[in-house]
Amino acid sequence: MTLRAYIISRILLTIPMIFILLTMVFIIMRVLPGDPVLLHFEKAEHPEAIEEMRQKLGLDKPLWAQYFDYLFGLLRGDLGKSMHDFSPVAEQIFSAFPATLELAIYSMIIAVSIGIFLGVEASKSYNQPKDHIIRIFGIVVYAIPIFFLGMIFQIIFAVNLCWLPVGGRTYPTMEPKGFTMPLSQPPGGFTTHLFLSCVAGLLVSILCLVAFKLKGKKITRKIFGILISVFLATWILWAWVGWYFISIGELHIATGLYTIDSLLEGNLYKFAEAIRYLILPSLTLGLVLSGVFIRLTRSNMFETLRLDFVTAAKARGLKEKTVIYGYALRNAFLPILTMMGLQFAALLAGAILTETTFSWPGLGRYIVERINFRDYTAIQGAVVFFGILVSIVSLVTDLLYAYLDPRIRL
Amino acid sequence: MSKLIVKRSMLSRIIPAIGSLRERGLSGWLVIFGAAIVISIILMTLLAPWISPYDPTTKGVNVGAPLTPPNSKFPFGTNHLGQDMMSRVISGGGVMLQVAFLSVAICLAIGVPLGLFSSYMGGIFDRSVCLVMDSIYAFPGLILAIAIAAMLGRGVVNMALSIAVVYVPSYFRVVRSQVLSIKEMPYVEAARSIGAKSRTILFEYILPNVVPSIVVVATVNFADAILTAAGLTFVGLGVEVDIPDWGWDLANGRKLLPSGAWWVITFPGIFIILLALGFTLMGEGLSEILNPKLGE
Amino acid sequence: MQKQLLTVENLTVEYWTKKGKVRAVDGVSFYLGKAETLGVVGESGSGKSTLGLSLIRLVPPPGRIVKGHVWLEGRDILKLREEEIRSIRGRKISFVFQDPMTSLNPVKKIGEHFVELIQTHEPKVSRKEALERAEQLLKDVGIQPERIDDYPHQLSGGMRQRVMIALAIALNPYVVVADEPTTALDVIVQAKILDLLKVVQSMYDTALIFITHDLSIAIERCDKILVMYAGQMVEHSNVRDMCRNPQHPYTQGLLKSIPNIELTEQKLEAIPGSPPDLLNPPNGCRFWPRCSYAMERCRKAEPQLIETETDHFVRCFLYEGMVE
Repeated sequence: MTLRAYIISRILLTIPMIFILLTMVFIIMRVLPGDPVLLHFEKAEHPEAIEEMRQKLGLDKPLWAQYFDYLFGLLRGDLGKSMHDFSPVAEQIFSAFPATLELAIYSMIIAVSIGIFLGVEASKSYNQPKDHIIRIFGIVVYAIPIFFLGMIFQIIFAVNLCWLPVGGRTYPTMEPKGFTMPLSQPPGGFTTHLFLSCVAGLLVSILCLVAFKLKGKKITRKIFGILISVFLATWILWAWVGWYFISIGELHIATGLYTIDSLLEGNLYKFAEAIRYLILPSLTLGLVLSGVFIRLTRSNMFETLRLDFVTAAKARGLKEKTVIYGYALRNAFLPILTMMGLQFAALLAGAILTETTFSWPGLGRYIVERINFRDYTAIQGAVVFFGILVSIVSLVTDLLYAYLDPRIRL
Repeated sequence: MSKLIVKRSMLSRIIPAIGSLRERGLSGWLVIFGAAIVISIILMTLLAPWISPYDPTTKGVNVGAPLTPPNSKFPFGTNHLGQDMMSRVISGGGVMLQVAFLSVAICLAIGVPLGLFSSYMGGIFDRSVCLVMDSIYAFPGLILAIAIAAMLGRGVVNMALSIAVVYVPSYFRVVRSQVLSIKEMPYVEAARSIGAKSRTILFEYILPNVVPSIVVVATVNFADAILTAAGLTFVGLGVEVDIPDWGWDLANGRKLLPSGAWWVITFPGIFIILLALGFTLMGEGLSEILNPKLGE
Repeated sequence: MQKQLLTVENLTVEYWTKKGKVRAVDGVSFYLGKAETLGVVGESGSGKSTLGLSLIRLVPPPGRIVKGHVWLEGRDILKLREEEIRSIRGRKISFVFQDPMTSLNPVKKIGEHFVELIQTHEPKVSRKEALERAEQLLKDVGIQPERIDDYPHQLSGGMRQRVMIALAIALNPYVVVADEPTTALDVIVQAKILDLLKVVQSMYDTALIFITHDLSIAIERCDKILVMYAGQMVEHSNVRDMCRNPQHPYTQGLLKSIPNIELTEQKLEAIPGSPPDLLNPPNGCRFWPRCSYAMERCRKAEPQLIETETDHFVRCFLYEGMVE
């Protein structure tokens, strides 16, 4: 099938799928036993309030009319109104979405990195203990409930060790709320911060030196000296910049992704804070998701490493890293890309749990919040949004795969 | 009397089956190990009323001082209501097991026949059912389950239903792909040529060959159901308050986190992992035995 | 005796499979001198490819080199660290694989292969210089230097094999191991490649280990021949002695089965039977089931390698009393 034909047919296929999806959600939320309005109020105490809500949300019309309202509304970008305060759900969703997007991106990066790294290691030592350990790790990690892992991390790193924050997305004063609260010092004081930075830098350099020594490589004094100076300079600069921009005021939003916005603003300190809050949630989600990638990379690499041109490359004396990452991984890359698209759905589902655990103000937490408020129209809007998002992502993945796969191309 | 006979014949088939599993090497061990974990947990839950030291329900409130860390009297500590965590852990698997088994049962009852008939009949019916199934399959599972459970309400049955809906497409697909490949096999054609009824062909020729794949999907379904049930509970869509449930302990323990009461969540969490792991290992082992992959 | 370049001593390679251990190479020993050509001849499964790969320690798992030594420049290659042997591969010993289609990286240009190779072993060389050397090498093997910008799939099989050879000699190695370099090519190209190898050898003074199943080619092009059967070396001598006086029944059988274009009526004599299953090799001499001279002794005991003439070794009970 030619590429063009495939693209067209695939896009055409998405339309009925989205349609079925929307209908499904409608059936679940309106048709299934359980009148959303009654459920919202729990006790049928204020019939006037109930009737008022019905009218405001258009839920008093016959079902088929509601259905059309629903569909046409979607075309306009209207996802309904919240039962809570009658504000448009779409607005709430779009303001919460960037947080989930940021979490999703970093979690995916972590998942793929861990997956590739461990998968490669496992495929290199086939059937040896390291291989088995990694495989078991991949299986176990997928069986851990995400929120449990998150909570364990919180206990260890936030509550006990106090290295990382328990939850939230930013340092409170950084929260874009519309006002600025200038601070004259970073928490803990500037000198402490500078001191800690230098110590950290030194430690890292020493670790590097130790690592290199263990590998058997020789490092000349010059290189070592340069490394240390580079590290020291970076860290001092970093702290100095932080001091300069120390008014940790409101973060100016450009993309909605705090890590990028802070860099755009030129404030490394805010960037560091954004990362600090991202670490635990994305690590949790990324770790659980990595299991799939470990398995995929492992089996792919195993086949690729047996191919002739890999042995030929080794026979030319090329370094192992070159062979693995330059030669073999190139071939394994495509399935990994596809899997990333497939796992997007799982990523979103996991985000719900992760966000709730870490109080991450994203779409997942929004849904859970709405469940607690029994705000069924909002839940419906969010579910529809998720569904359409997943369909689009899967479409894009399929198209990308078709474009990159040489077999379909030619 | 007949029950005894059934049991004995089942045993006589199981024991050699275990023996043959051992011969299969690593995969066999995975299945045995996984099954052992699952069976132990089931037994533990069934025997809970007799082996748990204290009463895990409301009667057991304030059995001990609230939020005591693990000690000799309460090996797993107590929660904020003063209930003994160990008793809660021992009896807490019931909800999840029920949800898991129920959802698998529903899926088998709906997904398998649907898959069989749809793919055997073919045509527009098949195509449309496929489309629906694909749409459901593409949707993030937990979100769909949340949507359904939110509307249906709390309770074991509702949780099982939501999970079942999410999982039916997996069974459908697996059954369908098997049926499609077996449908064209010579021995099926031969049967058709001697005038066998469609129903016969379906149930006596095709179904037995599909069973291995169904078993593998079912084990994965079990594992996923447990994790999803835990997720649903965590989000607030689980069971009513009083029934001891690992998921509930986790959801509840979250509020207690800042006070450093790690034992309230750790032990139930570990058991959830064990249960899910047991099924996953079984699934891994079975899938390798029944569908051996090259080079694995 | 001239100084030996490469000395292989009692090399033994086993594959440790789930079903048992398979001895693919059993106690092979030989010398190789500068600019010498050694032909390693055997059927499929005789262990000749494994032998070749073991010289650069690239035997694929579950294979392991269990015994033996390979002396190069006074050091035993088999005992070197991974880093050290990596620097030998491609530089002191290089390998030409059988199938040129699959041996080159499909996503890299020809020139890139050379740059990568040269810069890995000689990091100080600039990219420009590496490319110039590549062009010269391509000319040496008879390919237009413009091809340096092509991708492997744009070249024909014969040209790809030439590229492989160019890569193999790029860093002036002491030894080139060629594993059936012409089997995947058609006959005319075969001859050209073989000529090329000869030219290259004389240009660079390289020793060549030529692995093949075709004894006639080996006789034509090699100085010494080593015949392998079921993992063991059964006969080893220089070409002249082997043709004049083939001693092992297997060698004799191989020689008889070479068609001679000058004879008008020739019955092609094949050696009856097939190679043994190395999981359960036969007791005694591994060749006895197919040997027309098999004696009672052959079924029970394994013959040892004996030197019957100078530098002519044979593993057969027929020659027991003939030790010089």
